[in-house]
Amino acid sequence: MPNALHIVVCAGIVPDPLQTLEPVTTAAGPGLKNEMVLPAVLDPWASSALYEAASLTTKNPGSRVWLVSLGPKAKLQAVMMTIAQKVAFELVPIDGPIGGFPEAHSTAAVLAETIAALPGLDRSHLLLFGGWESATRGAGVTLQLVGEILGIADQFQGVDQIDLREDGSFEVLERVEGGKHQVSVCAGTPAVLGWATGGLAEPRNNPQIGMANMRTIMPALQKAKVAKLEANGLSYVSVSLPKQQRTTRVVKDLSPDEIARELVEWIGAE
Amino acid sequence: MESILVLTHADETGSALNNASLEAVTAGLELASRLNAQLAIGIVAADATALSKCLPSEGARLLAVSGEAFAQARYATDAAACEALCRAVQPTIVLAPASSRFTRVAASVAHRLGGFIDTHISSIGGTDRVEATRWFYRQRVEAAISRDARPWFLLLDAGTYAAFAGATGTAQVEQVPVELPALRTMVSGFRAPTQGAQTIRPDAKMLFVAGAGWTKKQPDGQVHATEAGELIVGFLAATGASLGSSKSLVDQGGEGNSVLPFLTHLNQIGQTGSTPRHAKGLSTCCHGEEPHVVGWRFIGDRRAISLDPNCGWTRGKADVVYVADAFEVIAKVNALLGAAKA
Ligand SMILES: Cc1cc2nc3c(=O)[nH]c(=O)nc-3n(C[C@H](O)[C@H](O)[C@H](O)COP(=O)(O)OP(=O)(O)OC[C@H]3O[C@@H](n4cnc5c(N)ncnc54)[C@H](O)[C@@H]3O)c2cc1C
Repeated sequence: MPNALHIVVCAGIVPDPLQTLEPVTTAAGPGLKNEMVLPAVLDPWASSALYEAASLTTKNPGSRVWLVSLGPKAKLQAVMMTIAQKVAFELVPIDGPIGGFPEAHSTAAVLAETIAALPGLDRSHLLLFGGWESATRGAGVTLQLVGEILGIADQFQGVDQIDLREDGSFEVLERVEGGKHQVSVCAGTPAVLGWATGGLAEPRNNPQIGMANMRTIMPALQKAKVAKLEANGLSYVSVSLPKQQRTTRVVKDLSPDEIARELVEWIGAE
Repeated sequence: MESILVLTHADETGSALNNASLEAVTAGLELASRLNAQLAIGIVAADATALSKCLPSEGARLLAVSGEAFAQARYATDAAACEALCRAVQPTIVLAPASSRFTRVAASVAHRLGGFIDTHISSIGGTDRVEATRWFYRQRVEAAISRDARPWFLLLDAGTYAAFAGATGTAQVEQVPVELPALRTMVSGFRAPTQGAQTIRPDAKMLFVAGAGWTKKQPDGQVHATEAGELIVGFLAATGASLGSSKSLVDQGGEGNSVLPFLTHLNQIGQTGSTPRHAKGLSTCCHGEEPHVVGWRFIGDRRAISLDPNCGWTRGKADVVYVADAFEVIAKVNALLGAAKA
């Protein structure tokens, strides 16, 4: 099985994007109001990574997918109930703080240490997957740091496509400026791929996959190790909501002609 | 005392620095002058000699990593180049543009140097120490941060500083040698996801957003996707605007084939799309839901055309909302713009 892949997907959990967020100060630093009870989802770009990983494993027999997720155990459990119905994976939960304000280098160190210790992981076959940015911190650095700590010398970010070839090499499309993709060919694993949207829709729920996943997810959650994250000198001077409210003029009684004239004037105005 | 290194790189042509790099140079000059700090500027390019002519002629030490291996953006080579520049300068603060090229490597370089990084920086301030602002939760929450640890890498979002345009030209460039690892990745070029004209134009004054309404049943009970496509393309041609889309519209095609053939996920604005910077934005046939509107954080004047008088845009998210049929309005706008050009 020359192309049997060991794919580790790093994916956090984030507040459902339809929720209203309000920053507050907690004993541990900045946080969100009612953060522990806000409905959460698997980080969207990391979800693309998970679906792509699952699709690669079905095409490459003998492959495995681990999902490494750091967050409060109770929230991880709730989100995994949904994700477990979609694709097959082995969950590696780490019980740690929630949200976007904990420090990225420290998070990456914990993730890298966990991945390095995964039983059965063959690092020469490793594809390290995740989202190219999270929907919380949105820094786009955690996955890169994990890869660097693990000594992976080929990294790709903003990935929308991977095409694996017979000889184990693969072509990658990465988003670059101006709505284009950079095309690269990498000799083979190990590599880091930070995914953007990818090319797959969210898989439908599959109760069989769900049942198989749940057999391993619950024991894994029970055994989840607890992580404390360092601040690494990072301090928050202020955390606030933007003054986003505009005074909207709602125009209901102009004809299309009149609106068009107004718009053309607006478009032309410096 | 702080010492600052600004990392820069060539644009796609290889014969100039990219604009975001020149913006980082401005940030570096401002910060160095405020902190009374030493300033160095590092260049990564195939041939850096010509590029140094875009940089300040005095007040900064210029260094470069040059060679064919640096003609293209690639993790292994760019990380090695930036690491070598940092080791040569030993800065306490490193500023770099958040271009795709440097975003791919900057965190790893910070790690190699025993330092720390913060990205998507939208301003640098502070009085007795350096503070930086950035957004969390996809532009929903803004924070000012500081770090005691050094070296501190700050990746600056494009458009947050003016591009450097001061006196340029005569300073000597020190070449910094780099030992490259064995290369396993070959860059073969660029690919545009759609045929025809490029619709994503980061430098355009205006963003034009198309929402899912364009391909939905209209009051006559019919879908008018072809007409919608023609109107949108006509508007882009007449105005030079950049094309954005809602998620619902780009998702409709499935597997990469949009109902409107010139649209892809790269056009998507919002939570799981991009957050471009333009002076103006016009939203059409889009409801203005929060996961879409977070992508408008850096759009100045905002107008929307929607049939729905209660759409999200009316709730303090746009400056003007026209409750009207976008098919009719855009057809008239295109006609007026066409007549003005003729
Ligand atoms: C995890 C997650 C991430 C998401 N990320 C994003 C994201 O990044 N970007 C994004 O856009 N969305 C995102 N969404 C989806 C978002 O919540 C909305 O569903 C989406 O933005 C709706 O798109 P729309 O407004 O184009 O379509 P609709 O909600 O269908 O609205 C269409 C609008 O067009 C109007 N219309 C119809 N015909 C006309 C006409 N002739 N003239 C004028 N108006 C007309 C209608 O009145 C309506 O208001 C995300 C959702 C989730 C859950």
